[in-house]
Amino acid sequence: MAAPTPDSRPSARERGSRLLTSGLAAGLTSWRRSIRTRVVVAIVLLSAVVAGSVGWLVMRQITDGLVNSRAQASITEAISETNTIRKQLGSAGSNDFDPETQLRQLVETLVSRGEVRGFDVVVVGPLAAVGATATEEGVRTTLGVDPASVPAELKRAVATEEGTSWAFTRITYPEPADRRSEPGVAVGSRVVLPSDGGTYAIFYLFPMDEEQRTVNLVVRSLLTSGALLLLLIAGVVVLVTRQVIDPIRLARRVAERIASGRLEERMHVRGEDDIARLAVSFNQMADALQQQIRQLVELSRVQRQFVSDVSHELRTPLTTVRMASDVLHDARDSFDPVTARSAELLQNELDRFENLLSDLLEISRFDAGAAALELHEVNLVDVAHRVVRDAQPLAAQRGVRLVVTSGTPCIAQVDERRIERVLRNLVSNAIDHTEPGVDSGAEPVVVRVGANAEAVAVTVRDHGVGLEPGQSAMVFNRFWRADPARARASGGTGLGLAIALEDAQLHGGWLQVWGAPGAGAQFRLTVPRRAGDPLTHSPLPLVPDDVPGGRLADAPALAHGRELP
Amino acid sequence: MSQVEPVGRARVLVVDDDAALSEMLALVLHNEGFHTRVVARGDEAMAAFRDYRPDLVLLDLMLPGIDGIDVCRRLRAESGVPIVMLTAKSDTVDVVVGLESGADDYIAKPFKPKELVARIRARIRRVDNPAPEAIHVGDLEIDVAGHTVTRRTGDEVETLSLTPLEFELLVCLARKPWQVFTREMLLEQVWGYRHAADTRLVNVHVQRLRAKVEHDPENPQIVLTVRGVGYKAGATQAAERADGRPDA
Repeated sequence: MAAPTPDSRPSARERGSRLLTSGLAAGLTSWRRSIRTRVVVAIVLLSAVVAGSVGWLVMRQITDGLVNSRAQASITEAISETNTIRKQLGSAGSNDFDPETQLRQLVETLVSRGEVRGFDVVVVGPLAAVGATATEEGVRTTLGVDPASVPAELKRAVATEEGTSWAFTRITYPEPADRRSEPGVAVGSRVVLPSDGGTYAIFYLFPMDEEQRTVNLVVRSLLTSGALLLLLIAGVVVLVTRQVIDPIRLARRVAERIASGRLEERMHVRGEDDIARLAVSFNQMADALQQQIRQLVELSRVQRQFVSDVSHELRTPLTTVRMASDVLHDARDSFDPVTARSAELLQNELDRFENLLSDLLEISRFDAGAAALELHEVNLVDVAHRVVRDAQPLAAQRGVRLVVTSGTPCIAQVDERRIERVLRNLVSNAIDHTEPGVDSGAEPVVVRVGANAEAVAVTVRDHGVGLEPGQSAMVFNRFWRADPARARASGGTGLGLAIALEDAQLHGGWLQVWGAPGAGAQFRLTVPRRAGDPLTHSPLPLVPDDVPGGRLADAPALAHGRELP
Repeated sequence: MSQVEPVGRARVLVVDDDAALSEMLALVLHNEGFHTRVVARGDEAMAAFRDYRPDLVLLDLMLPGIDGIDVCRRLRAESGVPIVMLTAKSDTVDVVVGLESGADDYIAKPFKPKELVARIRARIRRVDNPAPEAIHVGDLEIDVAGHTVTRRTGDEVETLSLTPLEFELLVCLARKPWQVFTREMLLEQVWGYRHAADTRLVNVHVQRLRAKVEHDPENPQIVLTVRGVGYKAGATQAAERADGRPDA
């Protein structure tokens, strides 16, 4: 995360949410990029599902078993209690007590037995005749038990049926308030009170707190062991995947190093397993690549060396020829016309030959990567004026006007010799492609210099034949001509634009061209103000302003020509 | 450069293994009024030099026998004679090595005869007799007419041995100690280049000059570097100066 700047200190919440976002992003990245993360997460999730299902099944069985056995025990106990009560009531006879006393005694007996044996009692009655349960009255319970703990279903069952019925329930205690309700078994049966002959329902509430505790214990131990199991699985998976993934990561690192040019890097082969075979194949591939690349590099080096050697070897004889030609040329006045003209032709063609040779040498220097920049602060406006001044004689000879337009000084850190050469090439190219002015009505070649904060640009506009679609990509090719039949009047070698492009790229700059059939062409050189700074935008449009829709077309996609990234 | 005819006919020793080029050089130089002698092998150059006593040596860098760089070093060990290298590779380290081994100037093949003659004249014209003049720079005293540079330490007088070019460079800087000379200015005034030329010439020769005149070349006191501009002469110690106006 970026360090907060003093003027935009983020609030704690922003920081938190940003932290969360970045954490999430890191997680996502890890998920996307790490096989190990994916494998571990997947296996742990699957194991969790399996372990959860198994645990749940085990839980169910244990719980069911416990509850059922408790229910059975409760019913048995309830029946025996009821039988005991019935016996007592039967032996007491019908006239000994008034019903009220007898009922109280009955309830007290039951409650005291319940306290000893661990159940609660609810006595309801006397029950009305079958079908009229609504009129029941009188409920007596163990202290604190809510009579509503007896399910209505069970009440109905006891009221309508003989014998013993039971149901699961939740026993609630309205007071004291701190006692929690607990699950339990409610068993109900009927007794007849001898004193008034009324039928009373007795409900025994057996709490299952024991069983609840047991179940809780089982749940806890299942959860703990499940969590431990998952951790263990995760650990095992990490260990196992490491065995597979580490060699893959190693292979990736080696591949990256090879890609970065360290062709001699190889994978370490250990054992005979799949990984080892991968390493062997990988190394074979690297060997093959290395050999190919070496061959190509060697071939290209030999070729470059050859071009360079040829160019250099040509220099000494050329010097002699040049000097001889100069001697002849200087003395041509004393020759007969044929010889004199021959001496002139010899001299002129030697100039061309020399230019071609020096351009070839320049190109071979670029190809060999031997070109280096000599940077100085230079005002490109001065350079443009100088180039135009030097090109003036040729332009005049061809009937072409040259115009320089510039605003402020455009100072940049450049290699003056190279930039001057680029402009010279562009200007002489423009002169070359301008139709000779029939009556000074021809459009001039316009050299424009502009600058912004980061870059300086020079455009050279001509109104010649222009470029056919697709040609703009080729103008920088070596020895390329738009029209093979067209003469190079200015003595261009066919390497000028190729060298210009190399020069521009050496500065980290752009050299681009726009052209349309019949509308002429415009070259644009853009160089950063400080050498090596990245370029994003040129101060001048590539498409000239005088072209309809030109502004619109100034999109990078239409900027033919090659740019350095 | 002003048309200064050499006193008598200046002698040029051409050391080049290419017979045709040597012959052509001899022809052209003869036409321009120079005496020439041609040597084709590096190992014969020294003997020819001692015998011929040339005013200037034209030296090809690639020679059979001893290579041009070595010849250059041996010549320098014996004499301050102007040396102009002929080189086929203007961009390589050869040029710098050649200049460092003592060559005054270089000319890249293929050259125009006029260019070559201009370079040769620029080197030889230094033989003219200048007006008597004494210049002080740092603890050095320069006798312009006598072509000597002396250093006085206490009672001892030490004469420094500079080549004509180094002397020229030092005088050029010392005459105007208030002025900073760009490399281009020095190329024009000392080497006689009218157009932009290789500034490595200046850098190498300033290093060579410093090695001879400075107490500590790493920390120069006499030829100072002005960062981003060029060079200037150091402060003058001796206040009195024989005021001879230099005439160009």
